[in-house]
Amino acid sequence: MSIPFYVSPEQVMQDKAEYARKGIGRGKSSITLEYRDGILLMAENPSSLSKIGEIYDRIAFAGVGKFSEFDQLRKVGVRYADVKGYAYSRDDVRARALANAYSQAMGDVFTREMKPLEVEVIVAEVGDPELAGHEHNTIYRIQYDGSISDHENYCVIGGQSDELGSFLQSRYQPTLPLGEAVALGRAALERATNGRSSVPPQNLEVCLLEKARIGRKFRRLATDELNQLLAG
Amino acid sequence: MRFAGFGGTYEGSSFGELLEIDHPHMRADWTELVPRNGTSISVPHGTTVLAFKFAEGVIVAGDRLATEGYRVASRDVQKVYATDGHSMIAIAGAAGPAIEMARLMRIELEHYEKIEGEALELDGKANKLSQMVRANLPAAMQGLVVVPLFAGYDLRRRQGRIWKFDVTGGRYEEAEFESTGSGGLYARESLKKLHRSDAPKAEALETAVQALQNAADEDRGTGGIDMVRRIFPTVIYCSERGIEQAGEEEIASAFQRSVRSDRGEGARA
Repeated sequence: MSIPFYVSPEQVMQDKAEYARKGIGRGKSSITLEYRDGILLMAENPSSLSKIGEIYDRIAFAGVGKFSEFDQLRKVGVRYADVKGYAYSRDDVRARALANAYSQAMGDVFTREMKPLEVEVIVAEVGDPELAGHEHNTIYRIQYDGSISDHENYCVIGGQSDELGSFLQSRYQPTLPLGEAVALGRAALERATNGRSSVPPQNLEVCLLEKARIGRKFRRLATDELNQLLAG
Repeated sequence: MRFAGFGGTYEGSSFGELLEIDHPHMRADWTELVPRNGTSISVPHGTTVLAFKFAEGVIVAGDRLATEGYRVASRDVQKVYATDGHSMIAIAGAAGPAIEMARLMRIELEHYEKIEGEALELDGKANKLSQMVRANLPAAMQGLVVVPLFAGYDLRRRQGRIWKFDVTGGRYEEAEFESTGSGGLYARESLKKLHRSDAPKAEALETAVQALQNAADEDRGTGGIDMVRRIFPTVIYCSERGIEQAGEEEIASAFQRSVRSDRGEGARA
C-alpha cells in the first residue's frame, strides 16, 4: 500500500480556490444594478445560451463561469422555487432562502469534491410596493466557495468584477432611468474588454425585473428594444 | 449534477413529473380520498363555461356559480384562468380537482418555459392538459369529473384555437365554438345562432354574455349576472397581444345592451 503524501488543508483549499478563480476569470463579467423602476441584469453574451434567467415572480438569476455548472444551478433554483410556491404561496418564495440554499450547495461542493464549481451567481429580487414588508430590492452574490454577500445599488460578478465595480462606483446613481442604466452597464462591460472594442447591442444579454409588472416581473429585452434604448 | 440542500433526482422540465418523483406527498390523489363502494360524495361543482373565436383571437367566459346538489356552494367562484400569456383554461365539473388542475396547468407551463428557456407551442400545451385530464380518469370514475376547455392564441399560425376534452383525456379541436358544463348545451345553442368568428371585440363580449344568460335561464345550476351583488361572469380575451380580462363595467353594459335587444328595443336604442 502506498502512503499518500500529506497535503495541509490550507494548501488544498488554496489550490481549489485558485483553480476556481482561474476558471471564472476566463469568462466574461455580468452586472446587476438597481434602476428607477426595478433591477437590470446584463452580460456580454454573443451566444444564444443564456447567462440570465427567470427563477420566480420577482426573482432572477445570473451566472458566470462554466456554463454547464451555473445553468444546472439555475435549474435547481427554478425547481426549488416552483415547488415552494406550490406548497405555500407565491409570495413565500423569497430570494434570501434561495441564496442561502445556493450558498450551502456551492460550499458543500467546494469542501467535499475534488473539483470546485467554477461559477459565481447572483440572485436578485425586486421589491413589490404593493406588498407590505416586501418593498425593497435585494441582490445576493454567491461565490464558488459558497461565500454569500448582499449588495445594494449594483453588483458585478466574473473575472473583472473589482475593476468593473470601481468603474460603476464613480458613476452609479440610484434613480437612473432604464435607458441610462443600460448605457452605464454597457460602458462598464466595455471596460472589461480594456477599451479595445465596443460591445454591440446584439452581443448583450439584458433582462429586467420590473416593479410595475403584474405577476411575473421578469422580462428579457429583445435586440430591437435594446437598440432603441441605447440610441435614445 | 446534484446539489446538497436542494435534494431531488428529477432532471426534466415537467412540474407534474417533478412532484411525482421528488415530492410524491404533495400530489393530490383523489382516488384515495373518494369511497370506492359506489357511493358518491357531495362536492361543489362548477357549471357553465364557453369559448369561441372572434376577429382578434379567442374569447373564453364562465359563470361564477358553484353548486353542491341543489345548494349554492359559492356565488363567485372563478372558472376561467389565464394559464400563461397566450392561453387560458376554463373548467367545469368537480370544483376542487378542477381548480387544482387549472393551477397545476399554469405552474406546468411556467415551469417548462423557465427551465427550457422558451414556451411550449399551443399544441404542446393542449396535449399536456390532455395528459392531466387522463391522469384524473380514476377519480372521474368515482364521480370527480373534470372536463376543461382550453383556448389560446397560436403565435405561429396567427389564429385563436379551442380544444375540448373528454374524461379519458381525448382532445378535440373545435373550429368555431364550444361550451361545457351543466348549462353548456343551452350556451352552445345560443352561440350557434349568435356567434360570428369575425365579430369585433364588443360584439363578441355581448355574444358571450347572452350565451351565459341563456344558460342561466334554462339551467338552475348556472349563475346569471347578479346586478344586486355585482357578481359578473369572468370573460377573458386572448389575441396576438396577449391576455386581457373584461372589466365589470364593460360586462354590465354588454348585459344591458343584450337585455334591450332581447326585448326588441335594440333598434330604437
